[in-house]
Amino acid sequence: MSVLDIVATAMIAMGLFFFLGGAIGILRFPDFYSRLHPAGKLDTMGQFAAMIGMAIYLLNDLSLGSVLTALKILLIVVFVFITSPTATHAIVDAGVRAGLAPWTKESREGRR
Amino acid sequence: MANTKPDNTVDYQAFSPFKPFEPPTPPEKSPLPYVFTFCVCMITWLVLSGKFDFFHIALGIVSSAIVTATSGDMLLKARRIAGLPGAWLRFIAYVPWLLFEIFRANMHVMRLVFHPRMMDLIDPRMIRFQTRLDNEMARFIFANSITLTPGTITVYVSILGKYTVHAIDRASGQGLPGEMEDRVGAIVGE
Amino acid sequence: MQSIFLYAGVFLACIMVLSLYRAVFGPTVLDRLIGVNAIGSKTTTLLILIGLIYERVDMFVDIALAYATLNFIAVLAASRYFQKKKGLYDEAEGR
Repeated sequence: MSVLDIVATAMIAMGLFFFLGGAIGILRFPDFYSRLHPAGKLDTMGQFAAMIGMAIYLLNDLSLGSVLTALKILLIVVFVFITSPTATHAIVDAGVRAGLAPWTKESREGRR
Repeated sequence: MANTKPDNTVDYQAFSPFKPFEPPTPPEKSPLPYVFTFCVCMITWLVLSGKFDFFHIALGIVSSAIVTATSGDMLLKARRIAGLPGAWLRFIAYVPWLLFEIFRANMHVMRLVFHPRMMDLIDPRMIRFQTRLDNEMARFIFANSITLTPGTITVYVSILGKYTVHAIDRASGQGLPGEMEDRVGAIVGE
Repeated sequence: MQSIFLYAGVFLACIMVLSLYRAVFGPTVLDRLIGVNAIGSKTTTLLILIGLIYERVDMFVDIALAYATLNFIAVLAASRYFQKKKGLYDEAEGR
């Protein structure tokens, strides 16, 4: 294994770790608004790390084709970084307009 | 020189319901947005196609020209393009700081997610504040930066610059609108 | 290196099953939307991993880009559609 392979493996492992955190966060958090925090952003970070790792792995052989493929992966990363806040905002906006009340500590203690 | 309002700010009083609606003055015609759109289309084409023979490049030029002719003024308005190279450089300098901030805040949310007593740690709340950014683009970048930084989601931005932000706990909402607003403001040169 | 990608893909698929729970049993419609969005963003990564396993990344990266676009548009369209609907909260209280 070359140095690039090790770096790529570390990046992919970090991305998977963030993905795992996102999935568990979606399951554990109490309401819709707080679930958006892991869903919208830990996933974005995981995608960023994993895709950068795969792009680094592709740079093992420096031919034009693999460099172009790495550039395409970078394009996906940029695209995700632009669209992910927009999608998160669209979901949160739908929730606000439908009148979902955010979960707060006071509401939980009041329910007890 | 009494009225030294820079012409890249939108006069929101023009949209008041108490006045008849007046369309904003059209920006002066300039070829720069078209050239910029053409270059962006062409670079995207080259990266996506990956073939550099005459036929494919000619196809790309024709397609980019069609897109530029129909929607060339959508990507950037002509009046915004004046300080563009400097703004782009400052934006590129802003990105690493944003990435570092995203990473730091991601770690914070990861700690919350895997914490066994997570329910006691989180304290979701809505925060409202007024920004001092005047530029539409700066407000857009600021809102997206808030959403990308974990722990905070921009819920709503009013046309006068009132931000409504949902924060997951007390600590993530505390820094708003602090250093990030200053840095975004520095991009557009305010 | 191939086996690393293979195990990463299998792990990613297991995480997708976790997200599927929220998409199926989520109390409100918007919770399901979050689950679907999370699955979509993982699928984008999984597609490139599959491309690396089969050594055809140049082909799969285009599919991943198209899937990312499609995921974004689907989430936008669904949230625009549901924001007009009242009663998203009734479903949660009915359970």
